[in-house]
Amino acid sequence: MLRRDFIALSALLFSPFSRADTTAKALRIGLTPTLLHERHTLLAKWKAYLEARLGVPVNFVLRDSYSDTMDLIKQHRLDAAWLSDYPYVLMQPWVRLLATPLKDGQPHYRSYLIVPARDTRSRSIADLEGKVFAYADPYSHTGYLFPRHALTALGKSPKTFFGRTFFTWSHRKAIEAVAQHLADGAAVESYVWDALAREEPAITQATRIVNRSQTFGFPPLVAMKQMPDKTFRVLRRVLLDMRFDDQGREILDKLHLDGFVAGTPALYAEVESMAREAAREDGGAR
Amino acid sequence: MTMRVFDLSFRYKIPLWGSALIAVVALTMTVSFMFQAYENLKRDMLAHSDNLGRVLVKTLYTPMLHDDVWRAYEIVGAPFSEAASTTGFRAEGLILLDANHAVFVSSQPDHWPMRTALAGLGPSYAQLDARLRATPEATTVLVEADDVILLALPMIADEVGIGHLLLVHPAGFYWPRFRQLAWRALLITGLVLSVLLPINWYWGRRMAAPVGRLAERMDALGKHAPTASLSHDYPYRDELGRLFLAYERMHAEMAEKATLEQRMVKADRLAALGRLSAGIAHEINNPLGGLMTSLDTVKLHAARDPVLDRFLPYLERGLAQIRDIVAALLVETRGRSRALNAQDIEDVHTLLAQEAKKRDADWTWDNRAGDTSNLPATLVRQVLINLVLNALQAAGEGGHVAVRCVGNERGLELDIQNDGASISDELMKHLFEPFTGLNEEGHGLGLWVTHQIVEQLKGRIEVESRDGRTRFSVTLPKGDHAWPPNASA
Repeated sequence: MLRRDFIALSALLFSPFSRADTTAKALRIGLTPTLLHERHTLLAKWKAYLEARLGVPVNFVLRDSYSDTMDLIKQHRLDAAWLSDYPYVLMQPWVRLLATPLKDGQPHYRSYLIVPARDTRSRSIADLEGKVFAYADPYSHTGYLFPRHALTALGKSPKTFFGRTFFTWSHRKAIEAVAQHLADGAAVESYVWDALAREEPAITQATRIVNRSQTFGFPPLVAMKQMPDKTFRVLRRVLLDMRFDDQGREILDKLHLDGFVAGTPALYAEVESMAREAAREDGGAR
Repeated sequence: MTMRVFDLSFRYKIPLWGSALIAVVALTMTVSFMFQAYENLKRDMLAHSDNLGRVLVKTLYTPMLHDDVWRAYEIVGAPFSEAASTTGFRAEGLILLDANHAVFVSSQPDHWPMRTALAGLGPSYAQLDARLRATPEATTVLVEADDVILLALPMIADEVGIGHLLLVHPAGFYWPRFRQLAWRALLITGLVLSVLLPINWYWGRRMAAPVGRLAERMDALGKHAPTASLSHDYPYRDELGRLFLAYERMHAEMAEKATLEQRMVKADRLAALGRLSAGIAHEINNPLGGLMTSLDTVKLHAARDPVLDRFLPYLERGLAQIRDIVAALLVETRGRSRALNAQDIEDVHTLLAQEAKKRDADWTWDNRAGDTSNLPATLVRQVLINLVLNALQAAGEGGHVAVRCVGNERGLELDIQNDGASISDELMKHLFEPFTGLNEEGHGLGLWVTHQIVEQLKGRIEVESRDGRTRFSVTLPKGDHAWPPNASA
């Protein structure tokens, strides 16, 4: 308790933002499409929570696709961002790991292969040949990179395997596409599916999980490399301490997370190798 | 059956016909309105679909060109979200077709899955497919099949067809809206009828009631005596009012005619009786004179005989009685008599005062006859005596009798009233006939003689008897000539 109070106080009094350019510089945090997009109340609470502890204004910058957020990073128009693991790997020249969320006590998540509930026969991705498949985002690990990797591992070409593919630009919408029988299958984030199963079970009940992948490092929060160390440390401290106070826990609850940990790049080694493989496959196009 | 309907009383016929007419008009108008509304509704709703389709087509260009299935799916699904379902849009679904007429995406992937060829969706769709291939790309095509109504809007980018937006309507998709409209129209018709029908019913009954009453009176006219006037039944001056007036006129004329006929029949009968009795009287009179003379001769010259002495008075009395009766029947007006004056009336007063006193009657005597009359004194006195004696007799003890004699330039009026028992209708019919006496006294010739005298004087005698009041009125006209007829000669 004491330590937390001290940090909050020091954040208020000695943070680099409050000293130098108090009013002008707001902290810009980029968000990629997840459940958060339609939950403005929760975002407002989190924003107020961070502002109270950092002593600077916080602006969440919402974009509809990973690539848009990645562009913002490349253009130095963000201070921090919550990225998926695959974009983090790609953005490593610009960013460093700030924090990794904890889900069920672990900094991990998976990819779920889902089909409509009425499809009771499919047992793996191999059964979906020639079908309509929904990808979440071309920069999504669980929703794009992993299923393609799985097909490659089976000796199939991801380019010709499905009859038709399309992007929904978010995991939630990919689940909806399957639930409404627009697509015959999709690969989605376990975190989004699980959260949706709790919030709107009617949607997830219309789908069936065919396959759960091995675990991967949870989509991390990253900070720009240019961020001063002091700011980086204060920001990381505030995030890591969220699970130790009531307000923070309330927000984490709504985010369906247990908390944040510092995380290590080693968590993302596997996706990094997958990304390299994909880059080879595409001839370096992506 | 039909005849029975037409035989119905106006009381029912007018309201029934009126109601039928109102109902037919109201229903015809409602049906024609609904027919019009049906056509309009169908056209409007298709136009509405067409408009919405055109708006959607514009927003669908980009996703279509970018091959963005999800975005296109969100757009075609939007009109079917819960929030949008309250608008007038009644299409069942939207199908976005690519340039090859295959489903690019649809609002209901279950019904119309991606990549399905249009012709493979069903016979109606195959028909549309053929039509689309036969028409230029930029044309809107409408297919109205039994099960479905399809509206295909072209999507043209830079003069190149990139596909079609297909709006799928269930056949009769406008029915729910039409039912709503029709129901409202029927409700209004019902309301109008519920106001008009009672008004019509009331008005019809009101119109028919006087006609009904008139018909009843007309029916009754032949059956019994004409009744009281009925002009108050219908105070207006329209055709019906004129009918009532005509009826009233006819009614009055018939009543008058009936009275007249009655009087004529009576007069004829009395005249015939008069002739008969006069004839008989004359026939009896001649032998009677001989008998009387013979009787006198027997009395004077026959030898005394006890049998004669005994029976001769009987013969004499019998013959005298016959003579009296015959004399009474033979009312002789041409006898010698002087002209009437006021004193003659007063003499009758004096003459009958004794009788009135005897009968203890309360009587009034009003004599205003004057001297101007040239009527025969003897006959007028006989008439007066007969009537007053009858009145005194009828009034009985303690009864009232009023006598009034008025002379004027027209003649003499005698008016004799009493409050004794009324004369029965039966008796009234034969009142002035001989031997129809009002009472047991007398020979029943008094009124007959009175009537004969009045007739011969060209006067009139009338009787009224009702409510315990009997009144005899006699009017004797003043003759042109002086009385006695030969006085001036």
